[in-house]
Amino acid sequence: MSQSLEAYLILSALLFGIGTFGFLARRNAIAMLMAIELMLNAVNLAAVAFGAFTPALQVHAALIALIVMAVAAAEATVGLAIVIAIYRNRRTPLVDEYASMRE
Amino acid sequence: MHFATEPTVGSGGQLDQLLVIALLALPLAGFALTALVGRRLYERAWVIAVSAVVLTWLAGMYLVYRTLIENAFGETGLRFTLYEWIAVGGFEVSVNFTVDALAAAVLIVVCTVGMLVHVYSIGYMAHDPGRWRFFAYLNLFMFSMLLLVVAANLLLLFVAWELVGLSSYLLIGFWYRRRSAALAAKKAFLVNRVGDFGFALGIMAIWTTVGTLNFSEVFEFLPAALGAGQIEQWHMAGIALLLFTGAVGKSAQFPLHVWLPDAMEGPTPVSALIHAATMVNAGVYFVARANPIFAQAPEAMLVVAAIGIFTAILAASIAFTQRDIKRVLAYSTLSQLGYMFAALGVGAFTAAIFHLITHGFFKGLLFLGSGSVIHAVHDEQDMNRMGGLWRKIPITHATMLIGAIAIAGIPPLAGFWSKDEILAESFKFGFWWVWAIGVVVAVMTAFYMFRLMGKTFYGKSNVDPAVEPKIHESPRSMTVPLILLAIPSVLLGMALGLPIGDGALHHWLEPVFHEAQEVLHLPHEPIALFGIDGVLLLVGATAGALGLALGIYFFGFFGRGEKRATVERLTDRLRPLYNAAYQKWWFDHLNDLIFVRFGGVVARALWWFDVRIVDGAVNGIGAVTQGAGRGIRHIQTGRVQNYALGIAAGLLVIAVTYLFLVAR
Repeated sequence: MSQSLEAYLILSALLFGIGTFGFLARRNAIAMLMAIELMLNAVNLAAVAFGAFTPALQVHAALIALIVMAVAAAEATVGLAIVIAIYRNRRTPLVDEYASMRE
Repeated sequence: MHFATEPTVGSGGQLDQLLVIALLALPLAGFALTALVGRRLYERAWVIAVSAVVLTWLAGMYLVYRTLIENAFGETGLRFTLYEWIAVGGFEVSVNFTVDALAAAVLIVVCTVGMLVHVYSIGYMAHDPGRWRFFAYLNLFMFSMLLLVVAANLLLLFVAWELVGLSSYLLIGFWYRRRSAALAAKKAFLVNRVGDFGFALGIMAIWTTVGTLNFSEVFEFLPAALGAGQIEQWHMAGIALLLFTGAVGKSAQFPLHVWLPDAMEGPTPVSALIHAATMVNAGVYFVARANPIFAQAPEAMLVVAAIGIFTAILAASIAFTQRDIKRVLAYSTLSQLGYMFAALGVGAFTAAIFHLITHGFFKGLLFLGSGSVIHAVHDEQDMNRMGGLWRKIPITHATMLIGAIAIAGIPPLAGFWSKDEILAESFKFGFWWVWAIGVVVAVMTAFYMFRLMGKTFYGKSNVDPAVEPKIHESPRSMTVPLILLAIPSVLLGMALGLPIGDGALHHWLEPVFHEAQEVLHLPHEPIALFGIDGVLLLVGATAGALGLALGIYFFGFFGRGEKRATVERLTDRLRPLYNAAYQKWWFDHLNDLIFVRFGGVVARALWWFDVRIVDGAVNGIGAVTQGAGRGIRHIQTGRVQNYALGIAAGLLVIAVTYLFLVAR
């Protein structure tokens, strides 16, 4: 375990950046969901790191991490269900073809 | 049946209260029934309406008898509340009635002339297919007018005030297919609105000042408030003048006099009832009713007197030149109403009511007579196309001659006594200018009345030769009312006015006007028949006789015809004056210029402002919103990643801003 908070935060920022890039750049809906998971976990990592380095925040950080995990699980479930439903109708996982709600 | 009674004195028995209610319910029921089933009655459409009004007359006369002769209700008169009408917080108005000496005196005219006009209309309207409508409206008018007379608070009076206006409008425009009639009805309605606006403001001012609208309380509290210094003198004068504005509109005084002559477009019985004997007197009646307010506002009284006497001479001058027989009578009505207002203005309240009563009878008679003449010569109203009728329609001629002598002020007929009382009292109360103009108007009145008589009845006939052999006296239903009106036109003045200054009417109205006369410090000297009063009496009689003699000299009498050459030479010499009077001193033109033309320009400007600026602002906001929406909706691409990019960019902006602002 590194003794530097900055190292964890840089890692967290990197993961978040990769997740954002993945969400914006990938056309596959499943890959986009994975990118979202990456972003959530990047945030989780940052929160837990703050908790580990600041005693006063320890309990809060753990609580936040647990809630984020729960939300991430729920989000993955709902997201996958939606993606599967759309896939059955459209026969494609590519989101840029889901444009029937445009102006 | 139980009616709530005010605990005040003079509440009368239940029979009396029932009579007042019957007085209003009968014509109202007659109106409703005639309106509903009158059409099915064909020629007999008059049956319900006329019987309702005859019963109303009986009820009215009994009430008058109880009030004036038996003096059953004491000084305050019969007062009672039918029910609570409006009770909203502090604003409480009841439907309450009062029958005191003043109301009873006016009831004599309203009931009697109303009843006779109804009977007369049976014959006059016999050939009109819309007769059921006519009788329904006539009953509605009777209800409204009676309500106006017995109302005991300002709001109820205002309702009745508007209702008589409505009936008047409906009846002026009775022959609504004739454009001139429809326009005249509209004109009457609009001009009356001007007056009623002031009247409504006056009522509101009274409400905000004393917080009640009941006559008995208002007339007590307002002078008390002035005495206690709670309100200023100009408040009192302002309230009086606002109320007077309503009277000016309804009684057709200068400058709102223009509607009455045009109102002659209505059927002649309507002109007799509404526009001569009753409705136009409402203004006089109301100012007399409000005498405690006016007595506290001498400035307003001066305005009343000035407007009255000015209208009197203005209208008399116009009556000189008119050719339409009904218009001459209409201007004569204006002139006589002017007399009444002059009397009110100088403080001679009793004289004004006296003239109201006598004028109601003889002017009703003259109008009904003119209707009979018009009927005889087959709907011709131009006096230049009449003449020589006295042999052919003798009853009409005889009764109209009585009416003309009565209005000319020749003793001992009714008009002399009331007119003389107005003139004498204005002189004695120090308004010598009212007296002087009044005497001139008396000469003019007699002159134009005998111009009318000469042109219509005497000399050689100018009637259309095709109509000439068919001229006939009117049916009995028309001649009997004429005779019945001629009797009071002769006797009523003596019955009510003698002995001079101490007659029956003076005793009756004494309690009503007593306080006002004391407030005004009017001299109350005994009548000196061989002193000043005798001289004034003589001057009045001489004025009437002079006008009558001149009228007869120029326009003939019985066999002797009009001196046409002399008259034409005279009018030629006075051409500008004649033209001015003939054009009614251009008041219609002036109104047209100010209100129709100039007012039209202002209205168009306001219309432009409304459409362009007000509506434009509202529409502009809508257009901007729509345009913005149309532009912005292009960013809705339907691609989730475009939206996500937006969110990411937003997040970046927020984060960077935060770093720069806070964490720097």
